[in-house]
Amino acid sequence: MNPQQVLGRFRATGLETSFHGRHIGAQILDGLDGGNWRLKDYEARGGYQALRKILGVDGSEGMTPDQVIAAVKESALRGRGGAGFPTGLKWSFMPRQFPGQKYLVCNSDEGEPGTCKDRDILQFNPHIVIEGMIIAAYAMGITVGYNYIHGEIFQTYERFEEALREARAAGLLGDRILGSTLNFQLHAAHGFGAYICGEETALLESLEGKKGQPRFKPPFPASFGLYGKPTTVNNTETFAAVPWIIRNGAQAYLQCGKPNNGGTKIYSVSGDVERPGNYEIPMGTPFSVLLELAGGVRTGRKLKAVIPGGSSAPVLPASIMMECTMDYDSIAKAGSMLGSGAVIVMDDSRCMVKSLQRLSYFYMHESCGQCTPCREGTGWLSRVVDRIENGQGRQSDMDLLDNVAENIQGRTICALGDAAAMPVRAMIKHFRPEFEYHVANKTCMVPAYV
Amino acid sequence: MISSESRARFEQEVAKYPADQRQSAVMACLAIAQQEIGYVSAEAEAEIAEFLGMAPMAVHEVTTFYNMYNQRPVGKYKLNVCTNLPCQLRDGGKALQHLERKLGISMGESTKDGLFTLQQCECLGACADSPVLLVNDRTMCSFMTDEKLDQLVDGLRAAEGKA
Repeated sequence: MNPQQVLGRFRATGLETSFHGRHIGAQILDGLDGGNWRLKDYEARGGYQALRKILGVDGSEGMTPDQVIAAVKESALRGRGGAGFPTGLKWSFMPRQFPGQKYLVCNSDEGEPGTCKDRDILQFNPHIVIEGMIIAAYAMGITVGYNYIHGEIFQTYERFEEALREARAAGLLGDRILGSTLNFQLHAAHGFGAYICGEETALLESLEGKKGQPRFKPPFPASFGLYGKPTTVNNTETFAAVPWIIRNGAQAYLQCGKPNNGGTKIYSVSGDVERPGNYEIPMGTPFSVLLELAGGVRTGRKLKAVIPGGSSAPVLPASIMMECTMDYDSIAKAGSMLGSGAVIVMDDSRCMVKSLQRLSYFYMHESCGQCTPCREGTGWLSRVVDRIENGQGRQSDMDLLDNVAENIQGRTICALGDAAAMPVRAMIKHFRPEFEYHVANKTCMVPAYV
Repeated sequence: MISSESRARFEQEVAKYPADQRQSAVMACLAIAQQEIGYVSAEAEAEIAEFLGMAPMAVHEVTTFYNMYNQRPVGKYKLNVCTNLPCQLRDGGKALQHLERKLGISMGESTKDGLFTLQQCECLGACADSPVLLVNDRTMCSFMTDEKLDQLVDGLRAAEGKA
């Protein structure tokens, strides 16, 4: 075997993570098998019908850009990247009569620990993202777009490039799309290992060929974005949700979720479950149902805690989590956030100090160094958690951690500072006795970290 | 010197951006240079700077900011094992330890024969596939049990005639 053949044996097929048939009412991952990602397959699933509908090239009367934005607003689609901002509202912020170039950017820099949904969307259903972006471009009068893809999923970047070539050849991208007056050029770009570039202004800096250091807001990208031009940045899954809304109507989308939380959402479930993977379910589905879809907690173990929205979201103890439904409002009410929908499950064998130690190291490593509270604070947090884990902690350390975290939060240009602080504060809040035990006994409260 | 093949790929990347925004292609150009040379040398940075009309230091800033650019030569196969929390919960750390034993080196080191460099890394965005690792920036290997890690290392050694 040559080296490429050797490596090819270990390539993910998506079978375990997305083609398990354990979704509920799937819209984005529906009908996929890993092989049917090409244009002809997507069209056989009804793909590009939404585009034809808005352009009126299917014999219908078409939709105006305002009607498209109104439909997205009515659907209650909220940003799937982490912030949960209403997508239709964001689209309405773009200046309509701007005389110069405007840009559309897809944020596929999926590096929030726990999250692996955008990879599977782009790898196995790339055209749904392309169609969603064309519809967005039409709605906001944008003629150039970029999809910035996490550098670590390079094969997915190459897959997306291939899908772009198919779409261009079929007249779905470029000038006079499907014979209409719509022009839209779409390109793929890649990162190369910087968590911070998932932050939208850092991503724009990176796309301009610079270090990915976030910009101060305001001005927001809608007025000063890529190359200083009005820009809308949405997450991959957000764009992927759009064709379904246009095809089936905003009300249908809203109704399959719950008020203020439209549609389905793909949750990446990782950690201590029997079947880690991506599960697409309606917004508002009870967490207990999602846990069951993922095969439940590892055999013989009990649920201890869940980080419900990627590593930056505050951890919730099992008792609180089991009462939650999976939507923005329920998780927020419980004191955490839905974030990117990355559900990290921890069972009763897990030491919270050791878990926090790894997360704190991560934020220290990925702080861009621009703001002092984050650059210095993440290192401080990491060192203090380290010493507790290594049996050199002091009983005053828990208050120290909380104090350092408090002084990072809200004092930085971007949300990485908050993202580093919130897990620390939540761990101390919910599992303080475990930290105190660690300091007093120089060892874990749980028998073994297995 | 960067090859003409790589130069042709540079041109494709530059074509994605407005004519006055050639700098946008720097990420891709550095990745292409690394694929050809194995790391980002000062000479490669200088060539890319000239090609894109950038200050060499602006290129170097990019090289040093992003984790995946190799600032010095690495083994023929760079193995990056994710050990972030979701992977730590599913044997990511054990996979790293297994490779340390198998290769006889510690994390961050290269094997004496120049074949392997072993590093831990942050989230690869493949959390449900854990244990997961990235080979030479571009090829992800999923569900890497100890047995599969052995197959990977032995397979690459055999392919390189060093079994």
